[in-house]
Amino acid sequence: MELCELTGNELLKKMEKKEISSEEIVRSVYNRINQVENKLHSFVTLTEEEASLQARNIDGNMRKGESRGLLAGIPVAIKDNMCIKNVKTTCSSHILENFISPYEATVVKKLRDAGAVFIGKTNMDEFAMGSSTENSYFGITRNPWDLDYIPGGSSGGSATAVASDETILAIGSDTGGSIRQPAACCGVVGLKPTYGRVSRYGLVAFASSLDQIGPFGKDVEDVALLMNVISGYDENDSTSVNVEVPDFTKSLIENVKGAKIGIPREYFVEGLDGEVERAVKEAIELLEKLGAKTLQISLPHTEYGVAVYYLIAPSEASANLARYDGVRYGYRSPETENLLEEYEKTRGEGFGAEVKRRIMLGTYALSSGYYDAYYLKAQKVRTLIKKDFDEAFQKVDVIVTPTAPTTAFKIGEKVDDPLQMYLSDIFTISANLAGIPGISLPCGFSKKGLPIGLQLLAKPFDEEVLLRIAYTYEKNTDWHKRKPAL
Amino acid sequence: MAEYETVIGLEVHVQLKTKSKLFCGCSTEFGAPPNTHTCPVCTGMPGVLPVVNRQAVEYAIKSALALNCEVPSRSIFARKNYFYPDLPKNYQISQYEQPLAQNGYLEIGTDSAKKRVGIARINLEEDAGKLLHNIGSREIDGSLVDFNRCGVPLLEIVSSPDIKSPEEAYTYLTTLKNILRYLEVSDCDMEKGSLRCDANVSVRLVGKKELGVKAEVKNMNSFRAIQKALEYEVTRQIKALESEERIVQETRLWDEKKERTYSMRSKEEAHDYRYFPEPDLVPLVAEKKRIENIRKTISELPDMRRQRFIKEYKLSQYDAGVLTSDKALADYFEQVVKSYNNPKMVTNWVMVELLGRLNTVNKQVRESPVSPGQLADLLKLMDKGIISGKIAKTVFEEMFNTGKNPQAIVQEQKLVQITDEKEISRIVEEVLKENPDAVEEYGKGKQKAIGHLVGQVMRKTQGKANPQLVNKILKERLLKK
Ligand SMILES: [Zn+2]
Repeated sequence: MELCELTGNELLKKMEKKEISSEEIVRSVYNRINQVENKLHSFVTLTEEEASLQARNIDGNMRKGESRGLLAGIPVAIKDNMCIKNVKTTCSSHILENFISPYEATVVKKLRDAGAVFIGKTNMDEFAMGSSTENSYFGITRNPWDLDYIPGGSSGGSATAVASDETILAIGSDTGGSIRQPAACCGVVGLKPTYGRVSRYGLVAFASSLDQIGPFGKDVEDVALLMNVISGYDENDSTSVNVEVPDFTKSLIENVKGAKIGIPREYFVEGLDGEVERAVKEAIELLEKLGAKTLQISLPHTEYGVAVYYLIAPSEASANLARYDGVRYGYRSPETENLLEEYEKTRGEGFGAEVKRRIMLGTYALSSGYYDAYYLKAQKVRTLIKKDFDEAFQKVDVIVTPTAPTTAFKIGEKVDDPLQMYLSDIFTISANLAGIPGISLPCGFSKKGLPIGLQLLAKPFDEEVLLRIAYTYEKNTDWHKRKPAL
Repeated sequence: MAEYETVIGLEVHVQLKTKSKLFCGCSTEFGAPPNTHTCPVCTGMPGVLPVVNRQAVEYAIKSALALNCEVPSRSIFARKNYFYPDLPKNYQISQYEQPLAQNGYLEIGTDSAKKRVGIARINLEEDAGKLLHNIGSREIDGSLVDFNRCGVPLLEIVSSPDIKSPEEAYTYLTTLKNILRYLEVSDCDMEKGSLRCDANVSVRLVGKKELGVKAEVKNMNSFRAIQKALEYEVTRQIKALESEERIVQETRLWDEKKERTYSMRSKEEAHDYRYFPEPDLVPLVAEKKRIENIRKTISELPDMRRQRFIKEYKLSQYDAGVLTSDKALADYFEQVVKSYNNPKMVTNWVMVELLGRLNTVNKQVRESPVSPGQLADLLKLMDKGIISGKIAKTVFEEMFNTGKNPQAIVQEQKLVQITDEKEISRIVEEVLKENPDAVEEYGKGKQKAIGHLVGQVMRKTQGKANPQLVNKILKERLLKK
């Protein structure tokens, strides 16, 4: 077995026993990248030289017996919408194609301090807008389980890289399901933390009130490990919350006895793929067998989630993306005659179709005369969606749902039908609107051999209960151990 | 001609005197080389987030309280969206719904004619950068941008349309500026751009209830210019109404040289700023206790201080008004009085000598080369009879030019007053000898002649002789004759 096939926790144990070095792990990962990257295209930028140097430094420090961080020597891939100092941050967009960040994201700094080795920047839907990683200026990413299928999105590159052993761990961002849905599509574990749990400083904003950075791993244990590193209040992010960060690995207890699990009836309706439904129901049965109590619940405003999301997210995006104007950095259209033309051409040429669609949607929703009917109304419904969850969590500890209504779909299948594409996030969007944490973990495969994801949701800052239940489920199944044949 | 009344509302932007910018740690210092006070946050790099400067909030609340505003326990920031190269994010973080403060007022005028101008709202917001245009041939490559000012905290103070004349607008601005300077929250220096003002003005027939169509006037760089621009606008609008022209709602710019306003854009600039709550910032929460603590930091405001000066120092309305019209000046006055307790004398010296000299060299009180302590020392020298009042003025002039202490100047230039009676008698004898005519006239009862003789004595002593002694000795000597 190659080192790249192991989990982060397994590798850390081997390093502790001095059986292997970080340099060997990094070499193994890059060997794998050299084998499969041309089929998958998980990365926008690879930083092999810096990674090797980092690994050698960490090995050297460990030989000297210096204290080592939680992730010392472990490869981590970073979604290309988070800033690593002096490395390109493109957001998979033409407009930032050559943007080299002069500063470092808080999450990246925390990972660096913990000894993580940065493998590269992963592909994504442009500015995280999409559910299939097909909206990347640099080309699509393919699902390692079937190269004709999408890996999910927008963090498709991070999910693919973890699933195909091109990295050990990865970081993604989730605005409406962008960690959980690709995790489900690629058969890995992905967690969207509570809004405010992880600093957004240095995450290129898509929709500020919904964006949240989170981990990808091959199993729940690795995800807990990453959560220990990236969580915590940051004075550079006013929306990060100053609450105590628990040791998430301590919540990995194989026990769900007495846990109350809610099954929302609004998530098991028409449009849900039969195979997905069966796999999720079997997962619920297993949890019951392991001692959890299940009960039917209702989240009555679920049906408005997508509509609310597609007003609030584009509204915020229309302002967040205004700064890409070619004046200070990034792409600037050559040969323009005046300022207005420079703005129009730079943005017209620099952004892809989906980004422009959402900027226009958001601009419209915020316009005077429409603001009350769209943006303000959406905010009010958002409050109701949040209330649904507040009430549900009075009765249950976690809510179980499918992560996505179907398994991964074919490349190109939905590119011309934005509305169908938007519905891929129908089960994940509400967690962002409510600010609650959610995890997706593998719970089966379709007949075609595509992974199916199980989503668990908990109340704000209760990631521990998500991790405990996910861990228990994982210990009693082996979906997560399967590897795609590449 | 029908009678018209003028309705004016002012929007004043003042820069708050914080050390760092509103949402990042960059310095706010004025005059640094372009783009040296910048960072990823204030240049709008991808992924950055704003963090509110607590000091700026404190200053804003302090100003709001001094302007008698309600400070709600919760206010929110909003994004104001528009594209311009001096605005890195292409939105400005400002306030819209739920501003920092509202419903206040400012009292203007004198005790006999007091008037309240409403303060509709006060917003805390960030300043934009500065564009330098037309450096090259094409407009586009000829513009440079300096982001040093970008993100400097601004207070937007919006008055109600309560101002009835251009003069009143002028008084409103000077009063406002004075208060903010007293609070030490802003320099309010129009030349440095730390105070800017736009004016909304309309006219209507007296007795009409609905407001006339207003013009927004911009681009004035002094309070006097604002007054002049408003005067021009009022006349222009009345003329237009008289000739039954339609007045359009528009933005007009003041042309300082031509002393007129002109329309800024022909196309209606129907700006839709698409305000919405800033999702990167949590609401500003101002607890009662914090507000009360800030209230305690408000020192005496100009009006209170003026009243106190009248009572405590027995000054006239006018003198107290002038002295308290500038916090630095009032502070100066009180510092002098502290070590030389003769308010009347100090008032004269500060108002006539000090202000006179400062005006001629175009300097502010806080730049005065003569410190309050030095002025007090000078007045003490005079009090003790070491120098005469006349000499004191010469010494003051020297102090102002060189910054030297009065004692040093008096010694160096041997200006000590002659109080030795023998010495004075000797000079008196000389003068009497040299001026027999005057002596004779005096003998004939012409009292005035003595003035001439005193003048001669003073001349001989270069003004150093003690005038009282000269008078006394002269009279005694003449009587003996
Ligand atoms: Zn800055």
